[in-house]
Amino acid sequence: MSVIVKDLTKVYDERTVVNQISFEAHPGEILGFLGPNGAGKTTTMKMICCYTQPTQGQISVYGYDTAKDPLSVRKQIGYLPEHNPLYEEMYVREFLQFVASIHKIDNKSKRIAEVIECTGLGIEQNKIIGTLSKGYRQRVGLAQAIIHDAQVLILDEPTSGLDMNQLVDIRQLIKDLGKEKTVIFSSHIMQEVQALCDRVVIINNGELVADESIEILSQRLAGTQQLLIQFENGKIDINPFKQLDAVKDVVFENGHYIFSIQEGKDIRPSIFHTAVSANQAIIEMKQDKANIEEIFRKLTKAEKYV
Amino acid sequence: MYSIYKKEIKAFFSSLIGYIVIGVFLVSISLFMWVFSDTSVLNYNFATMDQLFSIAPLIFLFLIPAVTMRSFAEEQGKGTIEILYTKPLTTWDIAGGKYFANLTLVLFALLPTLVYYISIYQLGSPKGNLDTGAIIGSYIGLFFLAGAFVSIGMFASMLTKNQIVAFILGAFLCFFFHWAFSYLAMLPMFIGSFDLFIQKIGINYHYSSISKGLIDTRDIIYFVSVIFVFVYATVTILEHRK
Repeated sequence: MSVIVKDLTKVYDERTVVNQISFEAHPGEILGFLGPNGAGKTTTMKMICCYTQPTQGQISVYGYDTAKDPLSVRKQIGYLPEHNPLYEEMYVREFLQFVASIHKIDNKSKRIAEVIECTGLGIEQNKIIGTLSKGYRQRVGLAQAIIHDAQVLILDEPTSGLDMNQLVDIRQLIKDLGKEKTVIFSSHIMQEVQALCDRVVIINNGELVADESIEILSQRLAGTQQLLIQFENGKIDINPFKQLDAVKDVVFENGHYIFSIQEGKDIRPSIFHTAVSANQAIIEMKQDKANIEEIFRKLTKAEKYV
Repeated sequence: MYSIYKKEIKAFFSSLIGYIVIGVFLVSISLFMWVFSDTSVLNYNFATMDQLFSIAPLIFLFLIPAVTMRSFAEEQGKGTIEILYTKPLTTWDIAGGKYFANLTLVLFALLPTLVYYISIYQLGSPKGNLDTGAIIGSYIGLFFLAGAFVSIGMFASMLTKNQIVAFILGAFLCFFFHWAFSYLAMLPMFIGSFDLFIQKIGINYHYSSISKGLIDTRDIIYFVSVIFVFVYATVTILEHRK
């Protein structure tokens, strides 16, 4: 039992924000949710939390359908919204008490003390939320999401606005939570996703472009290296280059061609010769190792030439 | 529902809103009842509380939309409504908790006016020469009036993210449903045909009827229906927006 998203579609005023997305998340797994701004990450998360209703498709959270039994779904979910809205005029403790009373938690003060402890809110616990810094507000948001010991945690950019020390603490907390619970978290920081997640789902323009474990994604990267080439004429007929041995993929981006090349092969001389015979002047050529950011860019941004 | 109710009540009394609402209501109603010579009960030579019950709707017209304007507009503006929507609460829980909290605040404002009853009771000649039955009826009428205005004010608050818009719209809708129908009924085109019917749509007709001390089930059903219709509309539109 876990979170199962099936053929999820959301249409806002005839604009398709999320298009036929399907994925699953399981207990003991941290699922990274990646995508450029406006890709539909937040919308998907909001649909899982029953904040907005899908136009089509089903979501099941621990066996409960979001359309049929939203209350049971919400009991299972701890949600940290993207902009982390909070009641600014409330005290930290008062706010946590309010959330605890909604969840009908027994022994409220004990649980609140635990949550304050593990989110590191200790020194700010008696302040008014409106006076807190962004990092501490984020912790309050996280505290309210975990207070009822939910089985599923949906965290929309939980680390935005934190400084380096806070970042390490919060990541550790997410990692600990991920040992038993199902954690879905979105981020645009690649290193974070690489460090934290077991699996990555990448979406772009509302469509699923990758759903792979971190290992497979890294393996896919391992066999690849990159060549960055700029031609004098900018965009040219690239077909002769694609015929070359060991060229896996070519992408045009910001005036550069990015060649993905099988590792261990040096094709720079043959590219040079091909350019000469095509009468194209190369003005820049740079070798580079691909990393997760490249994969992300390739999957989400560049126009493809495959 | 109870946790929302508690949160709203706390919000009223941990900020100035609660005290200002109660203070302004009591000061203005006392000025009309005891100080201004045109309406003062001391100049009236009658032991009566009619001033309270005829002026209170006017003060409610401004005060209640001021109380209810933040109900949904603030949460929608600041995005905190997202917290509530993603918790195990139904929209009825949220709207109901807020409704009863707003109504409670208005009743708190109304409660101290019982002192006026005691004062006038003592001042009567002979002592206690006061139509208690009519006063009880009027209080019941005022209670239902407050309930109706709160539901209208919350409806207006739900429509917008802006509290000022919510206030103006709420005050207008309260005015419209309370008085407008009585005046519309006087238009020449309605007189003799639909005038009574149109008058009965408005709140004023039913409020004055209860204020006379005549507690008619038809009036009570009317008030309960108005409250239900506006709360129901609020909940339905909120759900539809999701």
